[in-house]
This record gives sequence, C-alpha cells and structure tokens, in this order.
Amino acid sequence: MTAVTHDRTTTGVSKETRAKITWSLLDIVVVVFALVPVLWIASLSFKTPATLSDGNFIPREWTLENYRVIFSTDQFVRALINSIGIALIATAVAVVLGTMAAYAVARLDFPGKGLLVGVSLLIAMFPQVSLVSPLFDIERRLGLFDTWPGLILPYITFALPLAIYTLSAFFKQIPWDLEKAAKMDGATQAQAFRRVIAPLAAPGVFTTAILVFIFCWNDFLFAMSLTSTEQSRTVPVALSFFTGESQFEDPTGAISAAAVVITIPIILFVLFFQRRIVSGLTNGAVKG
Amino acid sequence: MTQLSEGKRQERRLGWLLCAPAAFVMVAVTAYPILYSVWLSLQRFDLKFPDEREFVGLDNYVTVLTNEYWWNAFGVTMLITVVTVAVELVLGMGLALIMHRTLVGRGLVRTAALIPYGIVTVVAAFSWRYAWTPDTGYLANLITPDGAPLTERAGSLAIIILAEIWKTTPFMALLLMAGLALVPEELLRAASMDGASAWQRFTKVMLPVMKPAILVALLFRTLDAVRVFDNIFVLTAGSNETSSVSMIAFNNLLRGLNLGIGSTMSVLIFLTVAIIAFVFVKLFGTAAPGASDDGRR
Amino acid sequence: MADIVLDEISKRYPDGTTAVDSISLEIADGEFVILVGPSGCGKSTTLNMIAGLEDISSGNLLIGGDRVNDKAPRDRDIAMVFQSYALYPNMTVRENMGFPLQLAKLDKAVIREKVEEAAKVLELTAYLDRKPANLSGGQRQRVAMGRAIVRSPKAFLMDEPLSNLDAKLRVQMRTQVSRLQKQLATTTVYVTHDQTEAMTLGDRVVVMRAGRIQQVGHPQELYDRPANLFTAGFIGSPAMNFLPAVASSGDVLETPLGKITIPPRVRGALTSSELILGIRPEHFEDATLVDAAQRARGHEFTAPVDLVESIGSDKYAYFTLEGESATSAELEELAADAGGADLPSGASNLVTRFAAESGVRAGETRDVWLNTEKVHLFDASTGKNLTL
Repeated sequence: MTAVTHDRTTTGVSKETRAKITWSLLDIVVVVFALVPVLWIASLSFKTPATLSDGNFIPREWTLENYRVIFSTDQFVRALINSIGIALIATAVAVVLGTMAAYAVARLDFPGKGLLVGVSLLIAMFPQVSLVSPLFDIERRLGLFDTWPGLILPYITFALPLAIYTLSAFFKQIPWDLEKAAKMDGATQAQAFRRVIAPLAAPGVFTTAILVFIFCWNDFLFAMSLTSTEQSRTVPVALSFFTGESQFEDPTGAISAAAVVITIPIILFVLFFQRRIVSGLTNGAVKG
Repeated sequence: MTQLSEGKRQERRLGWLLCAPAAFVMVAVTAYPILYSVWLSLQRFDLKFPDEREFVGLDNYVTVLTNEYWWNAFGVTMLITVVTVAVELVLGMGLALIMHRTLVGRGLVRTAALIPYGIVTVVAAFSWRYAWTPDTGYLANLITPDGAPLTERAGSLAIIILAEIWKTTPFMALLLMAGLALVPEELLRAASMDGASAWQRFTKVMLPVMKPAILVALLFRTLDAVRVFDNIFVLTAGSNETSSVSMIAFNNLLRGLNLGIGSTMSVLIFLTVAIIAFVFVKLFGTAAPGASDDGRR
Repeated sequence: MADIVLDEISKRYPDGTTAVDSISLEIADGEFVILVGPSGCGKSTTLNMIAGLEDISSGNLLIGGDRVNDKAPRDRDIAMVFQSYALYPNMTVRENMGFPLQLAKLDKAVIREKVEEAAKVLELTAYLDRKPANLSGGQRQRVAMGRAIVRSPKAFLMDEPLSNLDAKLRVQMRTQVSRLQKQLATTTVYVTHDQTEAMTLGDRVVVMRAGRIQQVGHPQELYDRPANLFTAGFIGSPAMNFLPAVASSGDVLETPLGKITIPPRVRGALTSSELILGIRPEHFEDATLVDAAQRARGHEFTAPVDLVESIGSDKYAYFTLEGESATSAELEELAADAGGADLPSGASNLVTRFAAESGVRAGETRDVWLNTEKVHLFDASTGKNLTL
C-alpha cells in the first residue's frame, strides 16, 4: 500500500477497492516496463537530426524525414521485401508440415512417435550457432548461400518444433467424437474433416502461424551468417549494416525508423490476437 | 484378425507419412550439419588459405580450450545465463501472477507483456543502446553523470543482461502462467480456510503444483540464454570482453573465415547445451517436457 | 426401420486382447434393447461395431437382412447418440440437427420442416438458433437426440446418453427417451452401465461381462431368474446378498445364518456341495411381523443390527454376520465395478428390507425371518444358478 491509498483507508474504502488500486499500480508498472523501450525507439525515429542527441524522451521537433529516407533507399526496401517474403514462405511451409506431423502425434498411434516428439524437443533446445559453421560451408557448396531458400530452410527447421507442440496441443483439445458423429450423420471422411474438424482446427493453425512468423521475423544469427548481399539480407541484418555505412551521417534516426517499421506487424499481431498468442504459448507449455 | 491389423497398419503408415516431411527437414538441417561440423572440427580449414586444409585430429580442440578468449566468452555466457534466468524466474513469477490474477485490465497487461516477447531482438537492442548512449539517451546519465556504461565491461554486461531480461521475461511468465492455471482455485480456498497466509498459499500450495511448469520454463530459458547473440552483437559487438560463445564462434567464422576453429566451437557449444539439458533431465526426471505423451483422445 | 442380427461377432485387438467374444443376438424390428455391464465388458465396442465405427474381427452383422460388415457408417442408415453428445460447436442447434439431412442432400425447405418438427417434439423450438455452448446439459442431450431422430434412420444407437446428466434430470430424460422410442417405434440399441436404467427402459436387457453375453431377457425375468451369480449380483439395487453355503448331510445347508433346510424345489439340482446362497433384501422380514404359519415355512435367525435406513415405504436394516464371506471371481468383479460400496463385498454384510411398521433399531439384536422359497443357490465354482 502506498501513501496515496493509505489515508483513504481510514475513510472506509472497501477492501475490494484497495485491491483494485493495488492491481492497477502493478498493471501500470508492467505496462511501463514493457512499453518504454518501444516508445523510445519510436521517439528517436520522429526526431529531427538537430534534436536527435538531446536525450529527451519525447521529441521536441517532430519529423517524418527518417521514414522518407529509409523508404527511398534500396537497401531498406529490398531488405523489407526479403524479410516479408522469407518469413511468409517459411511460415507457410512450417505450418503445413507441422500440421501434418501434429495431427499424427495427437491422433494416430504409430511406433516412432516418441522419437519424433523427442527430436523436435532436442531441436527446440539446439544451439543455433552450432549450425552456423557447417551450414555456411554446406550452403556455399549447394549454391544456397545468400539465397531465400538458404534462410527459409533453417527457419522451417527451428520453427517446426514450435509448430508441432502448439498444434498438437490444440489438436488434443478437439473432441474427436465429433468425427465419429459426423460419420454417423452420413459424412464421408473428407466431409467430416472439412465440415466439422477443419473449422475447429483453424484457430489453432492460425495462432501457430502467428507464432512461427514472429520467430522467423525475429531471427538475426542465421540471417547474419548465411547472407552476404542485399539479395537476401533481412531487415534486422540490414539495420546493423546502416551503422557502418555512413560515417559522417548519424544513422540513429534511420535505424530507429526502420526498427519501428518492422515492429509494426508485431504490434498489430499482439493487439488483435493477444488472447490467441497467449493460449497458443501456454497450451503448448502445459502439454509438453 | 488380418482385416484388423490391416487397419492398424494403415494407421501406422499414415502416421509415418504425415511425420516424414517434418522429420526429414529437421534431421537434414540439424543432424547432418552437426555431424559435418564434427568432421570439420578435426581439420585445419581456413577459407583464407584453402590449400592448407588437412586432418589435424584434436588440435583444434586444444587450440580452443587453451585459449583465454574462449574461456572468457564461456564465463560471460555462463554469467549472463545464470543471472538472467535467476532474475527472470522471480520477475516472471511476479508477472505471471499479475497476468493470471489481476482484477483490472487483464487484457491490457497481457497485451503489453507480449510486446517484448514479439519484438525483434535487434530492434530492442538498438533501443537499449541508444538509451545508454551519452547525450542521445534518456538513461545515459542515470547512474553516473556523463558516464558511458557501454564503453566499459561491467556496464556493458549489466546492460546486456537488462536487455535480455526485458526481452524474455514475458516468455518465462507465459510458461509459468500455464502452470498457474493448473492450480485449482478450490485448493487455494481450502488452504485459506485452513489458515494459510498468502505467502504460505504460494509456497505450500501453488509452487508444488507448478513444479513441472517451472522446470520446463527453466530448462527452455536456460538453453535459450546460452545462445545469447543478438543483444551482444548490437550493444557491444563483443568489445571490452563481452563476447558470448555464440559471438566468438560467429566472429571466427565470418570475420576469421576459419571453418575448422569455428566448427570446433560449434561442437563445444553443442556439447555444453547437451550437458545442461542432460543434467536438467537427470535432476528432474519425468517432469521433463515430452514425458507426457498421452497419445490420442 | 429394420431388425439387427449379430451372428457370432468378435472383436480382437492386435495385442491379443479380445474385447467382444463371439456374441450372437437378434434384435427385432422396433425393439428397445439395452446392453448393460460393468466398464470393460465390451458393450460399447459392440455398439461401435454395429455403428461401423470399429471393424468387426469375425462374425456377421445384418441390418434389415443385409450384411453390413464392410459398409461405412454413412451407408448403414443408423443414427447414434454419444455420451458426450458430440454436438458440433461451430453450428447452431438448427444446423446441428439439420446436418445429417444436409449431407443427404435434402431440399432446404424439407430440412427446415423436419428440424422444426423434431424440435417441437423435443421442446427445443426456442433454442434453435443458439450454439451448443449456450445450452444446459439437458438441452444439449435433447439436441443430440434430435439430430438422431430427424432423419428417421433404420435404428438408433445410444452410448450412455444420460450419464452426463445430474441424477434428477437423468430420471426425467429416461422417461422421455422411453416415450420417444415407443412413439417412433424405431429399433434401438442402448448401452449403459447403470442397471436401474437397464431395468426401467428396455424391452429386453442383455447383460454382458468380459466380452460375453451372460443373459438376455426381459428385466423382470433377469431379476427373478438370474442365470448366474454375475447377473444376480448386477441386477437389483440394493444388490442381492451372497453367503457361502455348504450342503451337508441330508437336506440341510450350513450358512452363516445357521442351518437352513433346502427348499424342495432345489433339492434335486444340487450338483456340488460348495455353494453360494443368494437372497434379495426383500426376502427377509422382521420376524415379529410375520404370522406363525409363514414363520414355520421359512428360516429364522438372530443378529445384531448395525444400521437402519428408513425410506418411508420400507426400512433397510444392515447386519454384520460372523464367518467367512462368499468368494468368487464374478463377485469380486462386481465389487470392483461398484467401487466396493453398495454391493456385497463380503457375505458378512447383510442388507435386508423390512416393512415400514417394523420397530427395528440400530444396536439391538433382532429376530429375522427369511423366505426360503425365494432363495437362489449358485454353484460356487461355475457361478451357475442351480435353482432355476
């Protein structure tokens, strides 16, 4: 209890109200803690070069110049296209493969299931940097180095355990009696799947797609090691290259603007699908 | 009988068929490279001098394991791992309790907490870097006037740890919240009827039920923390002896172009992670994830 | 509508277990047949085989005269009500009930009419546009029934359809199911583990145990003339009392209740001396309420009263007897199924039903009269009822 609430308690504020105030204060702490770094980078992106290093949290002069600059450079636009394309393709493939495997894990009985679950668990814990050296060499030989597929492949690999876990947790929740009921009602296997099971599985698949996309969107290590030119460099890597490029021009504003741009999809996902993301992550955690 | 085992066989075949693509990709992109990496680590293989490639046995391991940079990086990695995981366990538990039990603004708190989880690490790292940059940053003068914490070792490590904690506490909290959701409300009510204080309810009732979830969260976060790379790369680029093992392995490869030494480090990191995972699983036995394979229905 | 014939049907699993062991049963057109037994007795597996949801390992299944072993569920024209109701959560009540008709490609207007008709019968008209999540347990159960009746199938299969309802609602729904079945006169196979449901609902009851049929018959027949220990112990609540009995010299049985003269109707059938005596609670009476002539024909004994439960119309008096309890595999299985409670876990406990006028009180020692004409004697090793 803080001093603010203390003198109120004497005037008979109910226990419930006090609890609400306590929770509100805690809520505010969490929200501030979570948002300040994001707001700070956004603030930097709107500052003019003159006020950039004034140390003020809120810009004194606002400008969109930084955004104009990055969108006029090929370097950023190209990286943005790479990021979007690579993340979307990797997500699509990982979700399709993950759905197939998760269905088998959740619904079918076959030898080797435990092994698959074990292997994906191992990969979830795998130190990605251990793959950097060998993949670097292998991809150079196969001509995959510095290409989209060269990044998509490791992304799929490391997204699959996540996809399999979350999806099989979702699939286990589907009441499979419904499939039997649909068959009794005269549905074929395909109809039972399309009319009854698919509508129930769709939210889980969608949630998984968001989580996988966030994972791919976030990667830095692979993108840094397995690309060398603008051809397949993604935004997080391009950001770090802004720095060295222009010695006389402070890249802070441009980096901040680019950082804000790639944060927008994350913010949108979180705002619109908060409930789903939370349930996707927590489901998977409980189930294994 | 034959008809029946046919159905069973079909189920197996379908199971294998559905898992095959995922299993193939996962194994092809990890198992083969890691084995290849073991092979490379036994060779002298510097891309700057490709002609001098030769089999050298364990020489690379001797080189790495007697190198002070490696041990420094190893120490930095362990320090970051231990501190971040310990702090995150406490903060994460607090955040999980807030997200789970708050009476007001549950959606708001959960949404806010997801932002660090979702945000690109590099973006967050830049935000922290600029926050502590002299003149530019709002935090630069927080600790010492006109100090520049990112130019000295202790300050840099503290900021790296701060950035890591900020980014991954929500993930820890979500895993713990999954455990909290398993605690039956009636159990807590029964405990209060029995006269347990809030603290006793937490330690005597909630923690035991949550134990498996806590272990899963610890295991995942520990192994994740050992991989620390993005934040260090952006915040210090490894200067002032702040490199992690991932950082020097990466530098060896892309700056040094030394595949032999780089691969040796890859193998050593892999072994480190394997040992940590093994110890976790040994210590906590069946509470480890994946043990609950209850199959269908 | 059609008859259903099970001809030596078996279900074996690859691991060697046999869930259903060569059962044969003829279900007449329009008949209401109950499959009852403890969990794991194979009743649900049998139902699923009739439905086509599980393969039949051997034997023939005929519906309306056609062999349907290899037909998919959708081609058998039978409807099923599941224990979990299995309502499609993404569809409204109307869509749920109309789903089978829609799959059968019926005209929209026809579907609408049929669904509304069924809804009227089941008093669901007001809920047609709700989703299952917004219905009570009883309403969901009725929607599940509605989905089954709406397409007028050849037969209904019901898998413990009432077991997810609370006790009061279950009794209400029981009468509704019964009435509905009479009204529609559709062949119905109903699976339950609840013997009360079995007794009150069916035209015929099939008692199953360990994949085999124990006895088939009208409920009253199963109650009065159980073929073996298992049926005797499973049907009836409170359950039949079982006591060990040894046939010694002449026509005297040695039992924990004392020496009982073997009733004349049984005398010839005794093939073994190791016996189990089965007595239903209502075949005891407070000795003071029985007239002298009757007393002479029965058997009397004295025992301390543990507990008395008065249910208004009757009184249940519980006794503890000294001596060994009756043992047999069947009795153990019954006790395990009932969780040990409510059933004769040992013959040393005796449940009796006295008339309401009885002044019996807990703690006292009471004279009890036993109607020896009504007792059953079972062969302890085979479980067979020797008194039929």
